[in-house]
Amino acid sequence: MKRSRPNPATAPSDRLPAAAAAAVHAAIDAQHGQPGALLPILHAVQDALGCVPPDAVPVIAHALNRSRAEVHGVLSFYTDFRSTPPGRHVVRICRAEACQARGSRALEAHAKARLGIDYGQTSEDGAITLEAVYCLGNCGCGPSVLVDADDLRAGITPAAFDALLRELDGACA
Amino acid sequence: MSASVRVFVPGDASALSLGAERTASAIARQAASRGVDLELVRTGSRGMFWLEPLVEVEIDGGGAPWRIAYGPVAATEVEGLFAAGFLQGGAHPRRVGAPEALDWFRRQQRLCFERVGVVDPRSLTDYLAHGGFQGLRRALELAPAQIVQEVTDSGLRGRGGAAFPTGIKWQTVHAAVAAGGADPASAAGTAGAFVVCNADEGDSGTYSDRMLMEGDPFCLIEGMAIAGLAVGARQGYIYLRSEYPHARRALEAALAAARDSGWLGGPPGSGRHFDIALRIGAGAYICGEETALLDSLEGKRGQVRVKPPLPAIRGLFGRPTLVNNVITFASVPVILARGAAFYRDFGMGRSRGTLPIQLAGNLKRTGLVELAFGVTLRELLYDYGGGSASGRPLRAVQVGGPLGAYLPQAQFDTPLDYEALAAVGGMLGHGGIVAFDDSVDMFEQARYAMEFCAAESCGKCTPCRIGSVRGIEVLERIRAGVDREANLDLLQDLCDTLRHGSLCALGGLTPDPVRSALAHFPEDFVAPHVDHPGGGHARIG
Repeated sequence: MKRSRPNPATAPSDRLPAAAAAAVHAAIDAQHGQPGALLPILHAVQDALGCVPPDAVPVIAHALNRSRAEVHGVLSFYTDFRSTPPGRHVVRICRAEACQARGSRALEAHAKARLGIDYGQTSEDGAITLEAVYCLGNCGCGPSVLVDADDLRAGITPAAFDALLRELDGACA
Repeated sequence: MSASVRVFVPGDASALSLGAERTASAIARQAASRGVDLELVRTGSRGMFWLEPLVEVEIDGGGAPWRIAYGPVAATEVEGLFAAGFLQGGAHPRRVGAPEALDWFRRQQRLCFERVGVVDPRSLTDYLAHGGFQGLRRALELAPAQIVQEVTDSGLRGRGGAAFPTGIKWQTVHAAVAAGGADPASAAGTAGAFVVCNADEGDSGTYSDRMLMEGDPFCLIEGMAIAGLAVGARQGYIYLRSEYPHARRALEAALAAARDSGWLGGPPGSGRHFDIALRIGAGAYICGEETALLDSLEGKRGQVRVKPPLPAIRGLFGRPTLVNNVITFASVPVILARGAAFYRDFGMGRSRGTLPIQLAGNLKRTGLVELAFGVTLRELLYDYGGGSASGRPLRAVQVGGPLGAYLPQAQFDTPLDYEALAAVGGMLGHGGIVAFDDSVDMFEQARYAMEFCAAESCGKCTPCRIGSVRGIEVLERIRAGVDREANLDLLQDLCDTLRHGSLCALGGLTPDPVRSALAHFPEDFVAPHVDHPGGGHARIG
C-alpha cells in the first residue's frame, strides 16, 4: 500500500451536513490508528448514521490516503453497507438451505407479497426494509429472521411474519 | 459462597430466538414477587434446541451440586414451575431430569464443547473452575516446537472445512517466522507472525462456531494464545461475521476480562503478551475463504488471492500468518491439557478426535452433537435427529454447507469421516447436516446453488462470476425441456470449467450440489414438475 503523505491541496471539500461530518470524523479518529482500518471505519460510520453517505467517501479516502475509487470499491463489495438510511426496521430473512428445508421459500414469497417490495427495498410507509441474508447460524430453528441489530426470531411461518409486522408497527407508533 | 439458588437460562442466540430472554425475565420477576433469593446465570446452550428455552436449577445433592433441567419453558409457564417447586427439582411436565443423563447428551463425547451450556461465558472464574487455561499453562512450560509437535501428534485437522492437518500448518508458520526472524519491524508494527481466527461461519447448517463463541469464548482465546506461543505471534485477530451480534458481545466481554486478568496483553517476556483484536465482517460469504479474509482484514475488497504464496508464508500484511477456524483453535486447549494421545484416541482412519456435528433443517431434534468421527449419517438423522420435523420421509441431506453434495437415502450409511464422505462424492466440511423431507424440489436446490455462487462470488475468476449465472440459465432450459440433451452436456461442461477454473472452493465446489442433485434426483429435472405437492415449500407442522 502506498504510504505517501496526504496532500492538503487535494483535501476533500466536505459536503456532508455538519452532524454527519462530525460522525464521520469521529469514526475516523477512533479507528484509523489500526492497520487495515477501512472496514472498522465504515462500520462505525454506518452505526452512527444508519448508512455510509456517498459524500463520506472522499473524506474517508483522504484520511486513509487511498483513492475514492478504492474506498467505493470496498464499500460496494460488502452487502452490509448501504448508501441511504434504511426504514425504521430492517427485517432480514434467511435464504439459506437449512431454512429452506423448514419452509423459508414460502416465507420469502409471503413477505415480499405482503410488503409489496423485493429484497433491498423499503416499504412505502418507510417502516420496513426487507433484506436477504445467507445464514444467521440458527439452522436448527428456522425459518429464521433477524430484526434490526440483534433480535433473532425462530420458526417464522407466514402467520408469524404477519404477527411480527404488527408487533413492529406497534413499536413504531 | 452465597446461599441463594442458582438457576441457569441460556443466552445463546438460538435459545433467545426461541424466547429465552422472556423466560429469564419471568423467572426474575417471579423470584422477586415471591421473595426468593435466586442467582440467575446466563449460559451458552446445551445444543438441544427442541428443549429450548432450557431452564436448569442447581440442586445441592449432599456431595457436589448437580442440575435438574426443565424444557422447553415458555415465559407463561414460569409461574407454574415455581408453584411446582422447581427450585428443589420438583415434578413438572417440563422436567427432563439431569441434562447429562439424557440419552442425546450421554452418548456424546464432548471435548471441545465440554463447558458450553454449563459455564457462565462471561466469567473467568467459572472458566478456571472448569479446567480453563490448563492447556495454556502447559504450553507455557514447553518450547514452541514442542507445542507444534503436540498438535501434530493429536492428528487434529482444520475444522473449518478443508481438513488440512493443523500441525503441519503450524509448523509451516513456525518455520517461516524462524527463517524471516531477522526482518526488521515495519512501520505498521507488523513484525513477527499473526494468528487469525476465521469466525466467518457462513455455511448454512453450521453454527458450532457461534455456539462456542457465545458459550465458551475463553476456550477460543486460550487456543489462539497457545497458537501465538507456538508460532511466535504477538497479535491475533478474530474475523467474526456481522450476522453474529450475540457472539460479538460474548467475545468483547471475554477479551476484556482476559486482558484485565493478564491472560492477554501482558508485558513482553511474560509469555502472556499475545493480544487479540476483534474485527467484524460485512456480509460477504467469500470472506470465509482464508485469503479473502486476509484481504478484508487489510481493509480491501474480500477477494481471493492466488496461492502460492501460502498465508503461512506471506499472509496478513505480508507476514507469516496462521489462519484456523474457531473449532480448530478451541480443540487445542484440551489437546495440550490432556495430551495428544488422549485426543488422537478418538476417531477413525485419518480423522482423529471429535467433531461438533450440527443437525439442521427438517429434523425433529436439531442441535449440536459432539462425537468422535465415524458415526453414520443415519444414526445422526434418526437416532439423534428423530427423523423429519414435518413427519414426512427424509429425501436428501446436504452435508458440509452450500458447497456440499446432496446425498440420497441410499448413502445415509456413510460414516462421518473426511475420507469416507469424499469417497461418495461428498464433503464433511464444517460438520453441518441439513435434512430435507420429500417435499423438496431438488431442481430448485441445484438452481439455488448456482444462484448463491452468483450472489457471493468475489468476481475474481470468470468461471465463478459468470459461469454461475450461465448455470442458472442452463438449468432453467433443462427443466423447461429446451434442447435437453445438449443442455445437460453443457451443464456438465460448465461444471468442469467451474471446478478447474476457479481459485477457491466457491467456484470450485458449487458444481457438487448441482451435479449430485442431478445424479441422485434426475426426476426433479424434468418438466412439468407435478410429483411433489410441496413444490419445495416444506412446512414444519
